[in-house]
Amino acid sequence: METFERISAIAAPLMQANIDTDQIIPTPYLLRTSEDGLSEGLFANWRKRADNTLNPEFILNHAPWSAAQILLAERNFGCGSSREAAPRALRQAGFRAVIAPSFGEIFFSNCFRNGILPVRLPIGQVQMLAEQMQAAGGDAQVAIDLHAQTIIAPAGETFDFETPPRLRMMLLNGQDEIDLTLQRRAQIDAHRDRDRARRPWAYEPQAGRH
Amino acid sequence: MDSLIQSNMSTPSFGARTFFQKIWDDHVIADLGDNSYLLQIDRLFLHEVSGGVALRELHHAGRGIDSPRQVFTAIDHVVNIYPGRVAGQGRNATASAMIAETITESARHALQVFQVGDPRQGIVHVISPELALALPGLTLVCADSHTCTVGGVGTLGWGVGSSECVHVLATQTLVQSKPKTMRIWFDGELPTGVGAKDMALHLIAQIGANGGIGYAIEFAGDAVRALPVEARLTLCNMAIECSARYALIAPDNATYAYLANREFAPRGLAWDEALAFWKTLPSDAGATFDMELHIDCTRIAPQITWGTSPQHSSPIDGAVPAPTDFDDTATRALAERALAYQHLVPGTPYRDVRIDVAYIGSCTNARLSDLRAAAEILRGRKVAAGVMAICVPGSSRVKAEAEALGIDRVFREAGFEWLESGCAMCATGGADRLADKRVISTTNRNFENRQGPSTRTHLASPATVAASAVVGYLADPRMLTMAEHNPSYQAHSTQTAR
Repeated sequence: METFERISAIAAPLMQANIDTDQIIPTPYLLRTSEDGLSEGLFANWRKRADNTLNPEFILNHAPWSAAQILLAERNFGCGSSREAAPRALRQAGFRAVIAPSFGEIFFSNCFRNGILPVRLPIGQVQMLAEQMQAAGGDAQVAIDLHAQTIIAPAGETFDFETPPRLRMMLLNGQDEIDLTLQRRAQIDAHRDRDRARRPWAYEPQAGRH
Repeated sequence: MDSLIQSNMSTPSFGARTFFQKIWDDHVIADLGDNSYLLQIDRLFLHEVSGGVALRELHHAGRGIDSPRQVFTAIDHVVNIYPGRVAGQGRNATASAMIAETITESARHALQVFQVGDPRQGIVHVISPELALALPGLTLVCADSHTCTVGGVGTLGWGVGSSECVHVLATQTLVQSKPKTMRIWFDGELPTGVGAKDMALHLIAQIGANGGIGYAIEFAGDAVRALPVEARLTLCNMAIECSARYALIAPDNATYAYLANREFAPRGLAWDEALAFWKTLPSDAGATFDMELHIDCTRIAPQITWGTSPQHSSPIDGAVPAPTDFDDTATRALAERALAYQHLVPGTPYRDVRIDVAYIGSCTNARLSDLRAAAEILRGRKVAAGVMAICVPGSSRVKAEAEALGIDRVFREAGFEWLESGCAMCATGGADRLADKRVISTTNRNFENRQGPSTRTHLASPATVAASAVVGYLADPRMLTMAEHNPSYQAHSTQTAR
């Protein structure tokens, strides 16, 4: 799994509430038999016009914003569909982090498994980052340090953030979650032995005629 | 917001647990610290979009499936929905390849697959309760956000990503942060013509599309108890639209009657044993929730969404709101953007908004009772000229049962297309037909471009969609069903159908 420790990068403001995963990557781009090339679909309905040419009004179509590795958004970013293609498309397009006041929970969880750090910050702080980035015309950097759990704004303010400890360690160390779980094999088996005696129907779904 | 009351009035009782807490406790294999737990997963459902990816990645990682008998594959998202379809057919060549891969990989691990040609095929969240693979007190996950639907039969179900699916495949466990709990009381009796979809949209309009973040919701109250099980599934289905990952309704006699004798339900003594266990699950008196809300059901009207978020919902006998109706800056900005996308002018009465398409389908509202509610309105009536009307039953079984009851004839004679089961036009199947159209839909998401390029979606109940199909404009179903009893509705109806 890809690690994340610290980055310093352009942060592009996309300050809308409820940006759902259908916007991050529209459903037609999910029809595929390979996970390569997902960045083609990133914000496709906003990035491209109906004739498939680039929409000049969309921020990520402009330098220096096109080199952004951090996205700034309003509340509930990544709500809606569980599609893991959403963080994957962001990652394949070069993004490493999203900063917003809140996230859709499935998206939030999917990010950690795809090398993207989702950071929850109060809206006032996200807005401050957005304003400073806009004022600099994109020629500025936001620094994120996952070890220290701090963000440094272009003008130097420092904001603390919190990440669920287990997911933070996974991202810092690039640990394989399945290997970690399988280290608990004995515990899993012991639980199942007890549980199966109480709830046998949970373990033996059997088709039958009644 | 007057029907929404926040309270924390319950008296805490030592040892009393919520329904959610009981299921959670039963499934904790290990407390990993920092509110993180390793949980036993009782059922995993795969489908051909995210499940195919998960099976492929499991294979590439060189891992096997831990508990294949507890894993099931539903083929639903991108299947061909037109009459005469055969097994393995997708909506296009890529979709067919995805279905083929998912079936091949499932077969390699001897997973049970419900595919086209099998009478059990259907939308995953419709068939899991229908087959009693969702049971009270089980944990059930699927790489699909609407997995919370199964809370309607008391199953703790939630949507996961495809990587989490791989974890469940390899271990039949999942690591989760424990959510906070919220109990939402629907107090009083629902007015005539108001159903579970209206309850859900009304709630989301009140608490916002982000109102449920971090919570497991339990729906309670007289109106919830009075809902038939299929309607409970509809209510829980929509919980993810306020960003609650989990929703539950405690099982009761209606639940047990619904599940008894279904294909995978326990039988004989096993049923008795399970039933005794299920009866211990409802929240104890005195159990405390992190938040409690009360909704006065007598104030809920049939809902229609006007914008591009499920929170953009209001009573259908009203008018399109103005951005200035909202205090918060971000909410106002969202409303402005939504109205521009939807080509709507504030203040326009809904009954003046003409529709191009009426769609009945999806995991939200395509069960037998939904089709029945629509058929009651469609019987003896015709779809308005120029309206494309489509019905996609939620499962092959729902379709067969509807046909046995003659409901398909009511739909066809009214002018509806009667198609084969699948996720269909909720998941852009048929996007070419819906492109740039105004659609009233029984689905769950009115996001930009969700149903097709520039498609303008209005979410509503099956009754409201059927009424609108007949009138040709967004229409209050009460004016058709209650007209003969109430002259004021008659007047409204005549005015609208101009």
